[in-house]
Amino acid sequence: MKRLSKLVREQSKNPNAIAYAAMAVAGLTFPGIAQFATGGNADYLVSLAADAGVFVLLAIGLNVVVGFAGLLDLGYAAFFAIGSYTYGMLASQQLISSPLHTALHVPFWIALVLGMFIAAGAGALLGAPTLRLRGDYLAIVTLGFGEIVPRFFRNMREWTSGVNGISALDVPTLPFWITGPWANTELAIEQNFRFVTFNATAWYVLIVILIVASVIGVNNLHGSRLGRAWMAVREDETAAAAMGVNTVNTKLLAFAIGASFSGFAGAFYGAKLSLVSPESFGFVVSITILSMVVLGGMGNIPGAMVGALLLYAVLYKFLPDAPLQAASLAHSLGLDWLNTVVPDGWPGLGEFVSRLKFIIFGLILVTIMLVRPQGLLPSRLRAQELKRGVHDEPVTTVP
Amino acid sequence: MLRSFGNTSFASLIGLLIAAAAIALTAQRVLQHDASFFFQILTIGVADGAIYALIALGYTMVYGIIELINFAHGDVFTLGAFISLALFPVFGLAEGGSGFGYVLPLLAIGLITMALCAVVNVTIERVAYRPLRHAPRLAPLITAIGMSSILEGAMYLWKGPFNLHYPDLLPATRLDISGVSIGVKDLIVLTLAIVLVVAFTLFINLSKLGKAMRATAQDRDAALLMGIDINRTIAATFFIGAVLAGAGGITYGLYINNVAFDLGFITGLIAFTAAVFGGIGNIPGAAIGGLLIGMVRAFSDSYFDSSWTEVVIFGILIATLVFRPTGLLGMRVPEK
Repeated sequence: MKRLSKLVREQSKNPNAIAYAAMAVAGLTFPGIAQFATGGNADYLVSLAADAGVFVLLAIGLNVVVGFAGLLDLGYAAFFAIGSYTYGMLASQQLISSPLHTALHVPFWIALVLGMFIAAGAGALLGAPTLRLRGDYLAIVTLGFGEIVPRFFRNMREWTSGVNGISALDVPTLPFWITGPWANTELAIEQNFRFVTFNATAWYVLIVILIVASVIGVNNLHGSRLGRAWMAVREDETAAAAMGVNTVNTKLLAFAIGASFSGFAGAFYGAKLSLVSPESFGFVVSITILSMVVLGGMGNIPGAMVGALLLYAVLYKFLPDAPLQAASLAHSLGLDWLNTVVPDGWPGLGEFVSRLKFIIFGLILVTIMLVRPQGLLPSRLRAQELKRGVHDEPVTTVP
Repeated sequence: MLRSFGNTSFASLIGLLIAAAAIALTAQRVLQHDASFFFQILTIGVADGAIYALIALGYTMVYGIIELINFAHGDVFTLGAFISLALFPVFGLAEGGSGFGYVLPLLAIGLITMALCAVVNVTIERVAYRPLRHAPRLAPLITAIGMSSILEGAMYLWKGPFNLHYPDLLPATRLDISGVSIGVKDLIVLTLAIVLVVAFTLFINLSKLGKAMRATAQDRDAALLMGIDINRTIAATFFIGAVLAGAGGITYGLYINNVAFDLGFITGLIAFTAAVFGGIGNIPGAAIGGLLIGMVRAFSDSYFDSSWTEVVIFGILIATLVFRPTGLLGMRVPEK
């Protein structure tokens, strides 16, 4: 008990420890509180939280590439797509209509690992010839790759059903599952449990477990020899090489490990949605994940997680809800004329607010970079760099 | 980076082999169809490519001088199309009649549009890029994406998510030159682009401001010591880039007759590919890259499958950087 209180006192000034603790408490209690607060109708909220968890995983993965190793990846959604499509093809009736004529039904747990390895392999394959390039050339290559992969899946109609995507994916199964008041049911043990779509709590628990495992894994990597090599390469590649770090292999591993996270995030995402379509992996997704990492604080794991949760809440909860709320607010204030649609003119307040979404997203990005480029929960090292700059200062500045 | 894989002759050789295979495959397809079809596709490709060249110049100039992929550039191009579209009724231009009476109003619209685009682009530089000039690369890149989103959002707010019809004012007549039919429209677009590209290349090569730009691109600190006003020079680069993008927007509208608020995203990416293909930072390279990418697009659309066109173009982007990072005409940019 004494040691515990000492630990609490020591850590109470450490923003990372506070963030971890807050996220752990919130993560454990969220389904229960949400069910209680909405009177048992929180399935939608819990499901949304599970989707947010996918982006937390993606942010953790991209943070390895961008935050730890300093490699700019503008096409991260490509690996997400590869993970999703791997699961979609390996665990549905899809391959019956393909030239293979046999449906594969690989169990989710195996497909999760397969998706991870295939995404990591794709990362290594892309990285091998390109990681020798200058920093921002790499960004361009990943940008191109991110544009190619979804189009590739869209065009391979025989294998992926093209624009319609792959639907009716297998659901994960477990021998037993414990359910209880947190899921708005009696406490019970279910045998031969299936993760059906409407059981939001089960998906939520699964993603939380995946996130916890990833955080532990990445934290260990961060302190390992490899993690320190990433930091060294990020700070000064030439110096790192002189110290005996194999820079190419180090960067390649960062790329592949980062990609592996989006690989299994993709498998989870496909299984939960039961649909994989080429439209869900565009440039916007890559940028959103990158913004999450930058908003939270590059190079800091809890930072990336907080950034992912915040930005997800804004983009997928507040912005979609805002039009209706604005319209009903105008109605309750007696300003109904704001809601009337004028043909070829005023589109109505709700539609107007929904059209603001691009501007709001852009303003968020620009404001963060100008006001707090180190992010909300920065890693101390990166904060220094961003504050003082990495380039040589000019001898003098012209007033 | 001590030795780049792309600089070895072996990699260049592989790149050459891939290019040769692609050309051979295309030639085989071309020979299966008749010659007049080929020339028709070629003119479309060249006219399209001329528009890409106009946009690519802005990318390459900005990249050359501050090493930033200005994602907002493609949207400045769309903004040019939108502004000019709004100006047509003001100047009393409408679809149907076209003739020499339309030349002067079109010119006026063009000048106003280019000026407005330039003001927008210079403002973006002032607000979003200049404060971050000494920050790591990622910072201005993110604000560039943010600015792109803001511009798209502004146009979305203005006109909504619809495809807008752009008046068809260019003559539809086709010239018949010894059996080959060439549209006057294509010729006008091509001439316009060539005039602008040549004018700005001369400007950058001959004027004092152009010299300042080249000096700043080579070594900012040394340029500063030589008494060059860096901020003004960079602002001028954004100004010129936006003038060309605005002109590109009008040309695109007049040629394709269809614009939408998010047009700049994919067009910008393709134009950026053109800039990389020609050799990023290299002005004639961007023009040639634009023409080639336009032709690749036209040929891939009509001789192959149009759904693979963008895959091919972004494949070229990756292949260029892997096999020949300096592009076709190449400029060696040192790692800073």
